Amino acid sequence: MKEKILYTVTIFSENQVGLLNQITIAFNRRQLNIETLSVSPSALEGVHKFTITTWTDKDTIEMVINQIDKRVDILKAYYNTDDELVFQEIALYKIATESLLKAGTLETLIRKYDIRVLEITETCVVLEKTGLYDETQQLFHELNDSIGVLQFIRSGRVAITRSRLERLSDMLADIEEKYKNLM
Amino acid sequence: MTGSYILLESLLKEEVETIFGYPGGQIIPVFDALYDYKDKLNHILVRHEQGATHAAQGYARVSGKPGVVLLTSGPGATNAITGIADAMMDSTPMVVIAGQVPTEALGSDAFQETDLVGITQPITKWSYQIRSAEDIAWAVARAFYIATTGRPGPVVLDFTKNAQNENLEEFTYQKCQFIRSYIPNIDIDNSKINEAVNIINNSKRPLAIIGQGVILANAEEEVLDFLEKGNIPAATTLMGLSAIPTDHPLNKGMVGMHGNVGPNMMTNQCDVLIAIGMRFSDRVTGNLKTYAKQAKVIHFDIDPCEIGKNVKPTVGVLGDVKKTIKEVYEKMNNNVHYEWINSFATYENREQDKVVKKEINPIDGRLHMGEVVRKVSEASNKCAVLVTDVGQNQIMATRYFQFSRSRSVITSGGLGTMGFGLPAAIGAKIGAPERTVCCFCGDGGFQMTLQELGTILQSKIGVKIIVLNNNKLGMVRQWQELFFNERYSFTDMINPDFTLIAKAYGIGTAEVNTSEELDSAIKDMFKDDKPYLLVANVEKKGLVFPMTPGGTDVTNILLEKKQ
Repeated sequence: MKEKILYTVTIFSENQVGLLNQITIAFNRRQLNIETLSVSPSALEGVHKFTITTWTDKDTIEMVINQIDKRVDILKAYYNTDDELVFQEIALYKIATESLLKAGTLETLIRKYDIRVLEITETCVVLEKTGLYDETQQLFHELNDSIGVLQFIRSGRVAITRSRLERLSDMLADIEEKYKNLM
Repeated sequence: MTGSYILLESLLKEEVETIFGYPGGQIIPVFDALYDYKDKLNHILVRHEQGATHAAQGYARVSGKPGVVLLTSGPGATNAITGIADAMMDSTPMVVIAGQVPTEALGSDAFQETDLVGITQPITKWSYQIRSAEDIAWAVARAFYIATTGRPGPVVLDFTKNAQNENLEEFTYQKCQFIRSYIPNIDIDNSKINEAVNIINNSKRPLAIIGQGVILANAEEEVLDFLEKGNIPAATTLMGLSAIPTDHPLNKGMVGMHGNVGPNMMTNQCDVLIAIGMRFSDRVTGNLKTYAKQAKVIHFDIDPCEIGKNVKPTVGVLGDVKKTIKEVYEKMNNNVHYEWINSFATYENREQDKVVKKEINPIDGRLHMGEVVRKVSEASNKCAVLVTDVGQNQIMATRYFQFSRSRSVITSGGLGTMGFGLPAAIGAKIGAPERTVCCFCGDGGFQMTLQELGTILQSKIGVKIIVLNNNKLGMVRQWQELFFNERYSFTDMINPDFTLIAKAYGIGTAEVNTSEELDSAIKDMFKDDKPYLLVANVEKKGLVFPMTPGGTDVTNILLEKKQ
């Protein structure tokens, strides 16, 4: 068995319908589960960015990346390991106001976990924590064990490489320079 | 001008001459426009949409031009799926245009609506839905560019009915030459070329394997020059057959599960394995763990996904093999490997004695598939286009047919589609009308698409069809005999009188049971350029050898049934 680690896949695409389907096909064919997924417009106008995490080995991730990269509307696909990235996730926790007040630990929790309070109503409080998976998960356990969590949601990972620019901008500039007579 | 006319004008701009199609509700406006283009676009009315796709494949493979298919939505489109998947596996350029329900009806489960783009995304290079007339010229230009460049493949245009009917004031067409997210002509990495040259120059026992990539790149001459300069023995894959002439002294035959003994054995004895435009399919390699482990592997391919996918090469040279092989040729030394090349003879002789002689000159009084194939091949002066179906007929045909020029083999390699042969032969004949087209089918595969005899009748397609009839699904029966304790589960076939079917379609025909009958029927078949169905009733229990059982070592070759 090859060693599986968590890879972060970054995909830049043209803004076309049906791209997510094309991307997930590549994961499905290699029987990879998508752990997290986050999609948004990138810093480059008209270019969308997908950030996907998945547990697999190096050979498999390389093949999946190649398959994705090959799709016509995909500009570029990369993969990285955690040490090459700065990354973050965000989690929201909904808790019954009454239970939270009764527990009396809110201040301690805020100081310990750097929590933000997004909303307080008579019935519910919504807390927000940004952090790594383990950190948001630890807070979930602590809240759930001591007070009870009514709803919990965590975003997909967002990640930025440690290098200076979006690598794609260099690539696009090269392509545009080389093929300007055809454009 | 309506969208339908824009489509047809766009096709003319792409120099399309032939369309394989079938009308239906959601493509009627295009067919209506086609009525005005009868003198410019040759539309071949098939009998089933699958037939249209395989015909387009045959046309594309023989001519090098993209095959064009025109269909309706829903069942018309889903009937085309097999051919689209086949074209994807075998890198065949094809543009499939399917009607679709009007944009406002999309997603409502309208009559004959199906999510064609969703269905075809995994089996096409590109699938696109045209929702307005303004999109048409742009999408057609992109479709042809994508289908024909880089590693070729199928493209689907899902053409909504409202876009077919919409009017545009002006039609302008610009051929696509560039898509920023799709760069098919990759720059050659000279350091890789130099590494490859260095390894090839120092090789004592090189072996080249030629795939269809060589044909797709029109690189036959470059590859032959390369082989001759380096005095390098070569074999082809099933898909690479005819890239080099059968009787060239450096051509050592075909690799793979039913390939020749020499190149399969030598794969595990060579010191350098040079793979050119091939993808190390499991049907070529068998067990990857023992495949060419002693050799340095140099892999030339245009598709980055293929380099390292199945076999990790010592050097992977990415790019168009027409350019990369030429570069290597120019930089490499002249060389000789006489002793190494002569060492293939032992295996060749063994295969001749144990397999080939019995197959092409049988002494048991019964007709054998190999014999039929070889005789047809000889009667066509090794110049014919061979089209095959899938199964024993395919292996026998590709083993015993002989080739003197490229683009002479049209077979379903990757997908292994039974029913491929007959419609593909129709397309091949239209793509190369001056050539003789011989289509070998088994009785099973022939019956999967035999309705296309109607296309032959209507469009007067002069293909020579040879049904190798053993009243069995022979290849599955062979596996049952060899690996499933002779439990012949549903592989017997009770067949109709195929000659009566041929007669019903007005096609010349003969049925033969002996060598003598075969000779005169072949003469009859080639007397003119009209379609012909030759039914050869062959040995019922024939087995295809050599055979490397699936997943075992490439050298684990059976030459006969183990007693």
